[in-house]
Amino acid sequence: MSYSDKVIDHYNNPRNVGSMDKSSADVGTGLVGAPECGDVMKLQIKVNPQTNVIEDAKFKTFGCGSAIASSSLATEWVKGKTVDQALEIKNTEIVKELALPPVKIHCSVLAEDAIRAAIGDWKKKQEATKPAAVQTVQ
Amino acid sequence: MSTNGNKATLNDHEQRTAPNGIKLPIYMDNHATTPMDPRVLEEMLPYFMEKFGNAASRNHPFGWVAEEAVELSRERIAKLIGASPKEIIFTSGATESDNLAIKGVAEMYREKGNHIITAVTEHKAVLDTCKHLEKFGFRVTYLPVQKDGLIDLDDLKRTMDDKTILVTIMAANNEIGVLQPIAEIGKLCRERGVIFHTDAVQAIGKIPIDVNKMNIDVASITGHKLYGPKGAGALYVRRKNPRVQIVPLIDGGGHERGMRSGTLNVPGIVGLGKACSLAMEEMPQESVKLAGLRDHLKNSIMSRLDEVYINGSMEHRLPGNLNISFAYVEGESLLMGINDIAVSSGSACTSATLEPSYVLKALGTGDDLAHSSIRFGIGRFNTEAEVDYVADRVVETVLRLRELSPLYEMAKEGVDLKNVKWAAEAH
Ligand SMILES: Cc1ncc(COP(=O)(O)O)c(C=O)c1O
Ligand code: FES
Repeated sequence: MSYSDKVIDHYNNPRNVGSMDKSSADVGTGLVGAPECGDVMKLQIKVNPQTNVIEDAKFKTFGCGSAIASSSLATEWVKGKTVDQALEIKNTEIVKELALPPVKIHCSVLAEDAIRAAIGDWKKKQEATKPAAVQTVQ
Repeated sequence: MSTNGNKATLNDHEQRTAPNGIKLPIYMDNHATTPMDPRVLEEMLPYFMEKFGNAASRNHPFGWVAEEAVELSRERIAKLIGASPKEIIFTSGATESDNLAIKGVAEMYREKGNHIITAVTEHKAVLDTCKHLEKFGFRVTYLPVQKDGLIDLDDLKRTMDDKTILVTIMAANNEIGVLQPIAEIGKLCRERGVIFHTDAVQAIGKIPIDVNKMNIDVASITGHKLYGPKGAGALYVRRKNPRVQIVPLIDGGGHERGMRSGTLNVPGIVGLGKACSLAMEEMPQESVKLAGLRDHLKNSIMSRLDEVYINGSMEHRLPGNLNISFAYVEGESLLMGINDIAVSSGSACTSATLEPSYVLKALGTGDDLAHSSIRFGIGRFNTEAEVDYVADRVVETVLRLRELSPLYEMAKEGVDLKNVKWAAEAH
């Protein structure tokens, strides 16, 4: 397997590695994949409740170099975006940016899933805290 | 493993030298193939140019010279396994030898029975050949293995019936280096009049193999796993007590006593013969050296990392093999971190099918640990300095990747990963 320079860069210098307090109301956590499949991603976002802007993102990934790079890139991309903008990020953009070969597309799919799962988790918390006021966006 | 696009950059790597003077990248994947021994190459070279003759040419010295070289190789190979030269058939390698052995015996003894016994951890050259025969009315039993990778001899006894014509079990496994109880299997087969084939590719030249003491009837050999050339192999076929016959796969000029037609690859055969005679001389010291290096690698890694698991029996194992799983770290990402070292992983991410190693799965290793496995194959040209370097790089990379691993974090928090409901992607 040969890797693009961008994958290697993210692998060697992963951005935003770490964890945030998953019980905090402003933090959304996405945990996707399964150890049996050889890939698990945890992606966390910290959202400003006033502006819905993602102010911070962290990840940890068990998976191949492309999976690590995809999730590292995902944290870079979601930062500074609103939740709705972050939902627009497509795995195909990750594939393009990292020049992933066809066998590694599922690593990018996992990163997209992780973003969605983190946002979904955050939204659930929002609804729980202010049940009447929030409109559900499906 | 290249670092720029799709171009392999071995040349770039070749320039590099580690601080302590070792050349990088380090080759430690000697089950995949071995580098040629320079003494083998030296012996082969004249047979490309000056001594180019066809070994089947009976009427002039060009042919005689080639034939003489081929016959010397036959003797050398035979000697290494306690056979007689007439029992050695040259092939293009072990894939062909396995095919010829299994299909050749199956077709020859068809009248006698249609049952074949093999094991789930065999090389694909054996498994897929057996699968092929199933389409033609043969019944194949794929024996399971125990946790240590060995077959259970009672299982073998129980599965043999009056229709069993062939048992094919490898001598040493190419992934986990586990040695099957070949002599016991041979004895059982001999008692019941069943032909015993062994894929001895990984074992020959590494551990003593004697076809008579072990009651082996047919054995596959290949040059490139014992410091010889690629594309040169052999099949041992027993000529007496009992005489085994096989139907050829390749028909033609009737070379190799009709069992394998085609002009002989003389330089390759010369190389294979030389490789066998070197192995014969050097095996006693070399196996001690390799086992020493392997144990050093194992201890150096395991004394510094927790949750590291050895796959397969340590007791019944090739001297140069170590196969370990590093929990919470995915194998391909580990390979990427140690890209100045050539080793292999059983991770699905390194395979085209996205399935982790079937050999490790057969041992009952969970898929998660199969994904985390690395195979180290230490060989003739590895040094202790290289082993030290490899151990250091592996330890530092595993520690770094565990910091990056959500599974490691969860395990440290006391989460039982087996009880987590994973939102798995179906892929
Ligand atoms: C156990 C075993 N059998 C068969 C083969 C195939 O050998 P060859 O490459 O000579 O066809 C290999 C090597 O890949 C092997 O390890
Ligand atoms: S995580 Fe398996 S191929 Fe990327």
